[in-house]
Amino acid sequence: MTPKIRTYHEVDEIESSLPGQVAEAEGRVGARLASVERIVGVMSGKGGVGKSLMSAAIAASLARAGRRVGLLDADLNGPSAARMLGISAPLREDEACGVEPARSASGVRLMSMALLLDHDAALRWKDPVDAGFVWRGVQEREAVRQFFADVDWGALDVLIVDLPPGTQRLAELHGLVPDLDGAVAVTIPGRASVDAVARSLDLARSRGLPLLGLVENMSGLACDECGALTPLYEAEGGVDLAARFDVELIARLPFDRRLAAAADKGAIDEWLEGGGRLAEEIARIASRVAPGGERP
Amino acid sequence: MKFLCVDCDRQMAFEERELPGDGTLAAVFRCPDCDRMTAMLTNPMETQLVSSLGVQVGGRTVPAANFEGIRSEVATGSEEAFVESPPSGPVRWNTDAVERLSHVPSFVRGMVKKIYNEYAKERGIEEMTPDIMDRARSDLGLEGM
Ligand SMILES: [Zn+2]
Repeated sequence: MTPKIRTYHEVDEIESSLPGQVAEAEGRVGARLASVERIVGVMSGKGGVGKSLMSAAIAASLARAGRRVGLLDADLNGPSAARMLGISAPLREDEACGVEPARSASGVRLMSMALLLDHDAALRWKDPVDAGFVWRGVQEREAVRQFFADVDWGALDVLIVDLPPGTQRLAELHGLVPDLDGAVAVTIPGRASVDAVARSLDLARSRGLPLLGLVENMSGLACDECGALTPLYEAEGGVDLAARFDVELIARLPFDRRLAAAADKGAIDEWLEGGGRLAEEIARIASRVAPGGERP
Repeated sequence: MKFLCVDCDRQMAFEERELPGDGTLAAVFRCPDCDRMTAMLTNPMETQLVSSLGVQVGGRTVPAANFEGIRSEVATGSEEAFVESPPSGPVRWNTDAVERLSHVPSFVRGMVKKIYNEYAKERGIEEMTPDIMDRARSDLGLEGM
């Protein structure tokens, strides 16, 4: 006859090593970020609202002002920060210190999936049993964790995390980085985007995350001659959203053909160099992301 | 997951792990009292589930390398992603070992090199040779790599 077998919780002579390994891996994120002063997520509810361009422009603007800036492109399946900042160099690594982030001309330290894949190659995971959907979320979270923990970010004034589109993304980031300092939300005036951002903001609030503000992008089309704005949407989505969630609408930005073209060419730095009202607006958003003066 | 030796009513301890390279995994556990061994065999789906988490059954034998999870699991990694890192650390690589390493795809080469270096360091081995690489592969259960 089989004797009575102790239950899982009664058998405790040897601790399972799996939770310990997970905790150790998460702990490396905290250790790496100890020299980072601020961590800020840039989020949107839907894709195509210019969130990545905003992240890259804010990062470049801060770097040009002498701040030490990192940009972690967490949009693994649609990485675009490297292209916008004109970065394509291969990565160096040191076995002990980690992978060196790539650097833009203005000094933004970048890590992005785009740097690990061939141009135009999609991110595909090994999938020996054709059931990738089961663990895709885990693999992606692990990849972002490694972007934090295995990259030699060095001392930073701010690390900007360009989040993929989606309502849950900020909450997921917060799970990985409990010390997250806040988030900036990017929307366009249209209702579909506003509704999606509202859900993200609601979720952020429920987790007690500080919302640094809202940016309404593509508010209008600026006249090349006189600068007058023609609205692109009938809705005033950003204004409504800011009121509803009691967050600051930091800026309402026009669509700017020259900035879009500069981003396509990897020439955001040169575009910022040219100055103008939009560049000033971006500098103002940047100052909310990383308050504080120029580094001597 | 725990293994209990029913006869001795003792928890069995992890003994070794093998990755035959077909997506499956074997983990051997031993009873500290009667030395009876039992092997846990996982199918590719179960194996993948654990490796997606970046954990190893029975514990890590060497510390994780940079981007270990990404490099092991991304199928479309670029051969131009990393520049060859200069030799570092106390382990010297002989010409044959360097030659052998050069056949490892560049996307994972830095990771594989670190795993071998750690293996050698922990055992006080000063020079890396193809023989040591073979031993490490078998000891660390890297056959599938
Ligand atoms: Zn026994």
